[in-house]
Amino acid sequence: LSHIRICDLTGQLAGAGSTRTLGPLAAEIIRVEDPVREGRWDITRGTPPFVDGRRGNELGGSFNQFNVEKLGVTINLRDERGRELFAKLVEKSDVVTENFAAGVLARLGFSYEDLRAIRPDIIYVSNCGFGHTGPYAGFRTWGPIVQACCGLSFLSGVPGQPPAGLGFSYMDHQGGNIMAIAILAALIHRNRTGEGQWVDMSCVEAGITLDGPALLDFTVNGRPTRRDDYPDSNHSDSPLMAPHNVYPAAGEDRWVAVACRNDEEWSALADVIDQDWARDARLSSLAGRVSHQSELDGQMSQWTSTQDRYAVAQHLQAVGVPAAAVQTAEERIENDPGTGDWGLFPMAHHPVIGDVRVDGLPIHLSGGDWTIEQGAPCLGEDNARVFGGLLGLTEEELTGLRADGVI
Amino acid sequence: MSAEGSLSGVRVVELATDHAALAGKMMADLGAEVILVEPRRGHRSRSYGPFVDDEPHSERSLWWWYYHTSKLGVALDLDDTADAERFRRLVATSDVVVEGEAPGRLESLRLDFDDLREGNTGLIWVSVTGFGRVNPRREEQFTDLTILAGGAQLWMSGYDDHSLPPVHWGGNQGYHIGSVWAVIAALTALVSRDVTGTGQFVDVSIHAAANVTNEQSNHRWLVSRQEVERQTCRHAAPRGEPTQSTLTMSADGMWINTGVPGRSPRDFTRILEWLDQVGLREEFPDATLLELGAGRDHIKLADIGIDPELTEIMRAARDVMVFLASRLPATEFFEGSQSRGVACGPIFSPEEALLNRHSVARGFPVTLHHDDLGRDITYPGAPFVMSRSPWRLSRRAPHLGEHQHLVE
Repeated sequence: LSHIRICDLTGQLAGAGSTRTLGPLAAEIIRVEDPVREGRWDITRGTPPFVDGRRGNELGGSFNQFNVEKLGVTINLRDERGRELFAKLVEKSDVVTENFAAGVLARLGFSYEDLRAIRPDIIYVSNCGFGHTGPYAGFRTWGPIVQACCGLSFLSGVPGQPPAGLGFSYMDHQGGNIMAIAILAALIHRNRTGEGQWVDMSCVEAGITLDGPALLDFTVNGRPTRRDDYPDSNHSDSPLMAPHNVYPAAGEDRWVAVACRNDEEWSALADVIDQDWARDARLSSLAGRVSHQSELDGQMSQWTSTQDRYAVAQHLQAVGVPAAAVQTAEERIENDPGTGDWGLFPMAHHPVIGDVRVDGLPIHLSGGDWTIEQGAPCLGEDNARVFGGLLGLTEEELTGLRADGVI
Repeated sequence: MSAEGSLSGVRVVELATDHAALAGKMMADLGAEVILVEPRRGHRSRSYGPFVDDEPHSERSLWWWYYHTSKLGVALDLDDTADAERFRRLVATSDVVVEGEAPGRLESLRLDFDDLREGNTGLIWVSVTGFGRVNPRREEQFTDLTILAGGAQLWMSGYDDHSLPPVHWGGNQGYHIGSVWAVIAALTALVSRDVTGTGQFVDVSIHAAANVTNEQSNHRWLVSRQEVERQTCRHAAPRGEPTQSTLTMSADGMWINTGVPGRSPRDFTRILEWLDQVGLREEFPDATLLELGAGRDHIKLADIGIDPELTEIMRAARDVMVFLASRLPATEFFEGSQSRGVACGPIFSPEEALLNRHSVARGFPVTLHHDDLGRDITYPGAPFVMSRSPWRLSRRAPHLGEHQHLVE
């Protein structure tokens, strides 16, 4: 993507995560931050985790994680000269991205119509919780609120308990990645037709598209998901599987996931278990295992609870039954060939923080793979390179803008 | 407005799978001509419920319906010589192949990227597997549950009470994570091909995808060697640093995420006005604390825990949200709070998310005519609204072999 330049106003994970996927694929991402508030609109800039005892606006570990391979510039968009400079940057960009609350960028003088006047084929992609139109357009969201409002938090839980929800901002990741798809789709359309456009993304709507078949059960069959026995998400009804659960293993808070897809796998699993209950004829068919599911779960739990979770997973995998240990971060990152051999955690260099490992990409491309070497930019780190090199401002002009707080 | 989708003119061949079905759907709904290839006896996912009117049948699976909108369908047995030839001819006319076959299978059939790229140098091939094509774990069996066990999602999700198991998310999210990366890869390769003219092979690991989709678990470990622990319906927190509950129940029995409470004098003023409007100021015991907060010039969040009065004001700011939620129906609480600038969100069920007044006003739910049922069916709409090349459900999921003429 080395021929693509993105003028990037995004922040937090929901927005920054989007261009974060495209920078390692060689797109030029120019992240624009506010010099007056020192970029603090993005709360990750100076917040934990930290690598050591140092604290400060350049030291946020998650900011570094979500902004690798981006250039960083500062522009005060409340200042007339700042707006002129921004317009020059837009003129040189293929795409403008942002995830402010609806209407913020337009009030600064850069609605889609304004952007199009600067560059007719510009692609403008906005991402906010409820989108830019409709009665909830002004409502504030971040990951947990999006997940609550799109049905995903609801779908995760066990009977008799409140919703378990999702233990982090999944929709910041998925929303960011879906926003990246919007950017790429709009580029493909522009390459074919010469036409730019505005893509209005509502992260809540993107989330509803991930609710899947449960939603059609309502629209087709009239069966609401808000009902007594639902959700029961450690069991599986679509597709139907049993046993299918997260079982206790030896040790404190140690668990192993087992998913048995059909009767052949059950037969293989029963052989591994090698106990009388597992040979019960009632359990030999899927229908039987489903109707005796709580009894089955009880027996499975007794069987797993004295064993090492990796040993259980290994024994079941050896006979073709899907099983996996519930892994901690240390286990996933330091000991798992599924991530290690992939090269999933490359080292990135940050000028102040130093060298820190960050997330890589879960794809490998034969025609030019991703690379991550550079950590997040410091505030205004690339002002001279972008405003001087790309936009052609002189050193004198830059000094003036800096002195006046425009950059 | 151009009626064509962004990927109009792009032909995609998709080999039916459970785990990459969403990838094909996203491209089909964006306008690509996606030809779904399944075995002649039908792909196993046609047996996944729920079913139309609860009648199990290969053409009535709502799983199949959801994941295969806008696609064309053909039936081919790749281990049959004549069908393999049909597949070769189909790929020769295509831009992209998306497949999720077990590593080694297509190679053994001589139907892999290296076999089929000759004469079609622009071909883009996206392989979506559990662990990637060349990883030491590539032979392992997987389902959505085991992917989320290996990728931090289970570890981070569940309840404060750790005698309860970690909780698997509903709705095939492990497969969705892998599928979304497959689309990013395919579209990146298409944009790249616009310049270079050549295609490429892309290896997608769903396990790797899940392992870079966990927000803080990774960077807490990578940056400061901390593990996080699951909590009830909120972010997992670093070990030993639990956070306060954000879950409460509305007067009409819906769970609410109370989010971040008011934190500025203006927020407190608006909440006090709200209490007055619903006639509840007298009943909220700590209204005086909110009045003190409203009267301050500004509030320094760093002083919470240091300035005793401020600490109490912030406690009252949390309590007032729980109090108001307990007295108001969920939608009234949500709209009342958000319209005063204080973020919160009801835990909507999927159908409530799809059909609330905001979604409907935006035209998000869309209908698709099912000629096979003789009725219109409502589906969720576009993940993003493209003003010039609109997302669109162009057709219902294909019947078995419905577009067989494409390979005959």
